[in-house]
Amino acid sequence: MSFLSYLINGISLGSIYAIIALGYTMVYGIARMLNFAHGDIIMVGGFAIFTMVSTLGMAPMVGIITAVFVCTLLGVTIEFVAYRPLRGASSLAVLITAIGVSYLLQNLALLIFGSNARQFTSVVTISSLKLAGGRLSISGETIVTIAVCIVIMIALTAFINKTRIGQAMLAVSEDKGAAALMGINVNRTIAVTFAIGSALAAVAGALLCSTYPSLTPYTGSMPGIKAFVAAVFGGIGSIPGALLGGIILGVVENLSKAYISSQLSDAIVFSMLIVILLVRPTGILGKKINEKV
Amino acid sequence: MKKNKILIQNSITYAMVIGFWAIVQGLSAGGHVSSLMKGLLVPLCIYAILAVSLNLTVGILGELSLGHAGFMCVGAFAGAFFTRCMENVMPSVGARFFFALILGTAVAGVFGILIGIPVLRLKGDYLAIVTLAFGEIIKNLINVMYIGKDASGFHFSIKDSLSLGLDDTGVVIIKGAQGITGTPRAATFTIGILLLLITLAVVQNLINSRTGRAIMSIRDNRIAAESIGINVTKYKLMAFSISAALAGMAGVLYAHSLSTLAATSANFGYNKSILILVFVVLGGLGNIKGSVIAAIILTALPELLRGLNDYRMLIYAIVLIVMMLFNSSPKAIELRAVFMEKMKHGKSAAKEA
Amino acid sequence: MAMLEVKNLGISFGGLKAVDNFNVTIEEGELYGLIGPNGAGKTTVFNLLTGVYKPDLGSIHLDGKNITGRKTIEINQDGIARTFQNIRLFKELTVLDNVKAGLHNHHPYSTIEGIFRLPKYFKVEKEMNERAMELLKVFDLDGEYDYKASNLPYGKQRKLEIARALATEPKLLLLDEPAAGMNPNETAELMETIRFVRKEFHMTILLIEHDMKLVSGICEKLTVLNFGQVLTQGETSEVLNDKRVITAYLGE
Repeated sequence: MSFLSYLINGISLGSIYAIIALGYTMVYGIARMLNFAHGDIIMVGGFAIFTMVSTLGMAPMVGIITAVFVCTLLGVTIEFVAYRPLRGASSLAVLITAIGVSYLLQNLALLIFGSNARQFTSVVTISSLKLAGGRLSISGETIVTIAVCIVIMIALTAFINKTRIGQAMLAVSEDKGAAALMGINVNRTIAVTFAIGSALAAVAGALLCSTYPSLTPYTGSMPGIKAFVAAVFGGIGSIPGALLGGIILGVVENLSKAYISSQLSDAIVFSMLIVILLVRPTGILGKKINEKV
Repeated sequence: MKKNKILIQNSITYAMVIGFWAIVQGLSAGGHVSSLMKGLLVPLCIYAILAVSLNLTVGILGELSLGHAGFMCVGAFAGAFFTRCMENVMPSVGARFFFALILGTAVAGVFGILIGIPVLRLKGDYLAIVTLAFGEIIKNLINVMYIGKDASGFHFSIKDSLSLGLDDTGVVIIKGAQGITGTPRAATFTIGILLLLITLAVVQNLINSRTGRAIMSIRDNRIAAESIGINVTKYKLMAFSISAALAGMAGVLYAHSLSTLAATSANFGYNKSILILVFVVLGGLGNIKGSVIAAIILTALPELLRGLNDYRMLIYAIVLIVMMLFNSSPKAIELRAVFMEKMKHGKSAAKEA
Repeated sequence: MAMLEVKNLGISFGGLKAVDNFNVTIEEGELYGLIGPNGAGKTTVFNLLTGVYKPDLGSIHLDGKNITGRKTIEINQDGIARTFQNIRLFKELTVLDNVKAGLHNHHPYSTIEGIFRLPKYFKVEKEMNERAMELLKVFDLDGEYDYKASNLPYGKQRKLEIARALATEPKLLLLDEPAAGMNPNETAELMETIRFVRKEFHMTILLIEHDMKLVSGICEKLTVLNFGQVLTQGETSEVLNDKRVITAYLGE
């Protein structure tokens, strides 16, 4: 039974990774950049909810909506101010800038909220589910996380395949120049991608902090990096890949914490990244890109 | 000739470091150096060495490594381990420190080669994230590592001190997350400055040699470099491992400036690597002198101006973003070119008049 | 013995035969042109010759040596150097250092000798500087030796790329659209330079070019490529008067 419970918790953690990974994978697929600050947007979402719910005493749903709003605005602003001017610059320059943005968000949060961990009140009000005569308990957070992840995956897939802007995103990810020639507003499409990714980060923040209720300015950083690992693992640019990578990563992390060593779980997750990149550099579901001479 | 220009540039860097040393020594003899500042002197050298060595990878080779702290960690532990092991064999602290420096540098260099072989096949963002991953793996592995020594030799475990099964002559040298304790604090400012000068000599001479040209040609255009017969893998690996080795040397210095060395995130996590990267970027990618200046000023200033400390990271972040936008944004580059053109015309017009 | 002998060369990308049954023989000292409409596979041939792509079929012999399937850097050491359609200089390096990078394999000293500034470093660097300046002089670039390569005007960048290629002491020089983006004056000057290079360095040259004036002006022989296949080859004047060639360029 304990194995099953570790597995379910792993899937739940993996669902959070998957939601975060979506933000990475969409931005990478479309703007060809690693948005290092994506993880910190999760943290901002966490603090937005914390402020609304714990400080101002609002309802959790109000907190989540505020967080989604704040993060979306933040994501679009960051894209506009820091990343858009660098379109066409070297990937080294873009990545360093993204690291700068990550630094900025962390240190702003540090100034406003201090370095002490805040106790985050879970936004989930569903009680836990007891199975097998009470031997297997699944927490409300776990159930909600997995459910939200499934809903998001379905909705996003539908959005991309069925809407005009979704199709525009696909076109831009294939070829920016050609998309522009076909009358697609590339800048707007990229901005929309950032908006969606950041909104998802806010949701991920709510779920992450509800499951692991200690909130600091660095809360989003490590999950962010792991989610990028998940996105690479599944194949960057691929939405099913983000889901697959996220779940595999979450399960592996939780099982290694339980059965191998809690201190080595990160090392195991990162080793998986290295192995996949060496064996299949495009990830499980990714496509190959060639350099033209 | 151009060669002299480079010679002068390099000499300025050495002179600056030696001048810095002389001023500090002078002030210190006159009793003008506060204990706070004294505590900062060795870290200043450590950060300067780290920044210069990282600049070799990021600025000269053009690959973003986020695992520099990992190599520092390897060097620190290899060096401290050696110093602790040889306590009875080699009583002189100075001699042990000396050999620890050589060993730590070599071990980090070997790690640089081992990690570089797979990593350097990747490109851009992937390479960055994998170096970060390796840095974290190194830190995590050292955190679960227990090594002890007794009459029958070395014992190794990844569980705890007890499972090492040492006899009564045994001592535990690496105690997992607690790390290594009891390393003599042999690092001094003068040694730090000497090591910084060695680092500068290695990196600057390397850059202005056949090898450095090969490395920079790969950075500027890999395909063209291959077409003129430059072995891309070899020179990438060389730059990466020399950079790692020098970070390892900084690590040994670091280990010998503390009595307890632990592989915590604050010491060797990826945030440390990013901090070093901040120094490199703010000093100027590929600008070795800039790395030294940035590392020294950005380490010393916030500590000396306490009030600034809360804001220092914030300021770094903003400066970093603004600098990247200014230096790398295609629009800014265009604007600057137009501006330079205008300046030129303005000058020649002035001359004609 | 021919300088370059290519037999039955072929490569496909995802089912598309980019180059198919390509044959060419170039004698030592010849100035040979490879022409054809856009997308005919000319640059692909260059990429096959220089090992950027591995051929699916066929063989390449350089000066009697089989170089089929060898790596780019090995092929350069065997004696093929090239320039690129879209200029690929080492932008941040000086003009002099671009050429010195080309001298890399012919004037060696070890990294250790470089780091510790051993006597060999000074000796070889001096040789390199002298040789590089000689080459720059040939292309009238010696005055700009300490410019950053990216600061050179376009025409001079093309010349610098040729100088860099020659620094590797090739037996065969491949020029990929050397006159692209040049005005008639610059092109005329370039033709002089190419002739001069051939004479001065006793070089065998294979060039891709769209500028028919340049092609008819300096190439002795031509191969016309169309849809990855050789349409015709032979003496320049004959080839250019071939009806099929005109059709391939202008359509029916």
